[in-house]
Amino acid sequence: MKKTRDAVISVILIAVLLGTLRFMELHISPQSQWAMLLTVLKKGSIYALVAVSMNLLNGFTGLFSLGQAGFMMIGAYTYGILTIPAAQRANVYMYYQGGIVQFALPSIVGIVLGGAAAAIFAFLIGIPVLRLKSDYLAIATLGFAEIMKVVFMWDSLGPLTNGSNMLRGYPTFTTILYPFIVSGVCIAIIVMLINSTYGRAFKAIRDDEIAAEAMGINLAHHKRIAFTVSSFFAGISGALLAMYQTNVQAKSYNSAMTYEILLIVVIGGIGSVTGSVISSFLFIACSEWVLRFLDETHVIGGFTVPLMRSGFRKVVFSVIIMVIVLFFRQGIMGTREFSISGILDRLTGKSKKKSKGGDSNA
Amino acid sequence: MDWLSRNLPYLLAGISVGGQYALIAIGYTMVYGILRLINFAHGDIFMVAGLMMVYASASMPMYLSIPLVIIVTVLIGFMVERVAYKPLRQAPRMSVMISAIGVSYLLQNLALYITGGLAQQYPHIPWISDQVTVLGASTKRVTVITPFLTVILVVLLVLLIKKTKIGMAMRAASKDFETSQLMGIKINSVISMTFIIGSFLAAVGSLLFFSNYTSVTPTVGTLPGLKAFVAAVFGGIGSIPGALVGAFIIGICENLVMLLNQYVSFDISNFKDAFAFALLIIILFFKPTGLFGEKQTDKV
Repeated sequence: MKKTRDAVISVILIAVLLGTLRFMELHISPQSQWAMLLTVLKKGSIYALVAVSMNLLNGFTGLFSLGQAGFMMIGAYTYGILTIPAAQRANVYMYYQGGIVQFALPSIVGIVLGGAAAAIFAFLIGIPVLRLKSDYLAIATLGFAEIMKVVFMWDSLGPLTNGSNMLRGYPTFTTILYPFIVSGVCIAIIVMLINSTYGRAFKAIRDDEIAAEAMGINLAHHKRIAFTVSSFFAGISGALLAMYQTNVQAKSYNSAMTYEILLIVVIGGIGSVTGSVISSFLFIACSEWVLRFLDETHVIGGFTVPLMRSGFRKVVFSVIIMVIVLFFRQGIMGTREFSISGILDRLTGKSKKKSKGGDSNA
Repeated sequence: MDWLSRNLPYLLAGISVGGQYALIAIGYTMVYGILRLINFAHGDIFMVAGLMMVYASASMPMYLSIPLVIIVTVLIGFMVERVAYKPLRQAPRMSVMISAIGVSYLLQNLALYITGGLAQQYPHIPWISDQVTVLGASTKRVTVITPFLTVILVVLLVLLIKKTKIGMAMRAASKDFETSQLMGIKINSVISMTFIIGSFLAAVGSLLFFSNYTSVTPTVGTLPGLKAFVAAVFGGIGSIPGALVGAFIIGICENLVMLLNQYVSFDISNFKDAFAFALLIIILFFKPTGLFGEKQTDKV
């Protein structure tokens, strides 16, 4: 009874959300100041997916990995390499005689293969790296991301990766619904994984590895699954990001990008899927839109406001992040989840017990 | 002789950059030894020292700006610990590491704001930036003095740690953080001292490093920082001689890659920067505690 109610409400809400997005897309002209909102929503939905995938590792499995940007890069490159139309190739790979790949796959296949490529790499990397603990794991994954970047920019691989030149000309999305639906489906899959037996095993590993092992959880196996799955979705979000940015360049997938994703996860609350989603939209909105005014010089009645010039936005932004990291360590959501049924129960004054933790919305 | 003068510059550069990595690596290894924290902001402190030198030397003579830069860098290192790490002493280790990443992000953005994103030209420091000729190979004097200066500083540091009271306190704190507190060691001043020493060495390292690679950008500290950390892990984290050895090995091997690049048909110079990480993964796989690290066992 309650389950059907929740399902119906979820479906309605998702439909309303998608409808609103489509409506906004059709009616906001690119010149208006609200056009930025669409950009924020697109990029935010992509970052939401990668943030949730990082949260699966850092928040739910307790594996502190900093390789996310590297896996995104693999996804982005795989997508680009496989989907550039054959006619465009001579132009894109102009320094490498048109490259060696001479076919183009449909874009959705490219996205999935992007995720798969990232997952395969993660599986191989995981064999040595997952034996390491906490901060060693962090630095080793960060190192792998750096190596990957160098490999992709390697001149000898140019016919495949276009060396240090960018990939472009591949199909991109035409509607805002595309990233939302792909990210939404992926996040839903991650949520299902978290609520499954595997998810419970991940949480057990996070809370106490030794105790989890004593309870019969195969540590190596579960860590590998978490790492591979997380990288799969990071790869997909990389492919989406490639579509959003309309070009791929290895050097932009650097450690600063991983740090940004990590900060998104922290702001949202480590161990909260909805927290990560909310905070990625907030993060992107702040960094791309809301705080923009700080970058411009303002003159009020002949008095020039000091400090405000290009780059000030990022300083203010990082100070805010430091304040959150230092004083609000729980982030926005802590480990709680935002759920419609929880709110409904609260509103109708039904059970107060279920308001904490419990189920999450898709 | 011709062979020597062609290949010697690579070796010299390797030894020199190794010394510079060593000076940064000590900051990592000491902090990790006591706090079990990868101080991600350390590479950025190094960058800030370089940047301050650019601005200081523009407005005052060299004999004033060098000490000033060193003092201010030390102050920044001290402040970072007090503001960003001290409040989290009781927090899980992950939180402190995230805070370190936050500080790194802040320092980089601050540098971006101040420089306006343009690469700054590092000043020419008289005497140490001059050209000299060693065995027929022409190089800057800084290349020659770096290894000696590094070794002298490390010997002084080891003496400080072995002979003085604060050094004894540091050793105690890195052995057992909680018990040393119970024994009456003022843990906060020990930690502050660690950051002061680390930042001091990073400032000296930045003087030497940027005399060779003369452009300072906001992200210039990241890569040397990570490599220095790898050096510290390679040598066994917590061990100062280990960091020294690891840094020299990384510095030399990196330049050997460049040397090798001349002899192979395809371009491998990009892999110079990847070398350190490959080394890290190999060492962690075979001997996770590093060359001189102590063996650790987990207690349930």
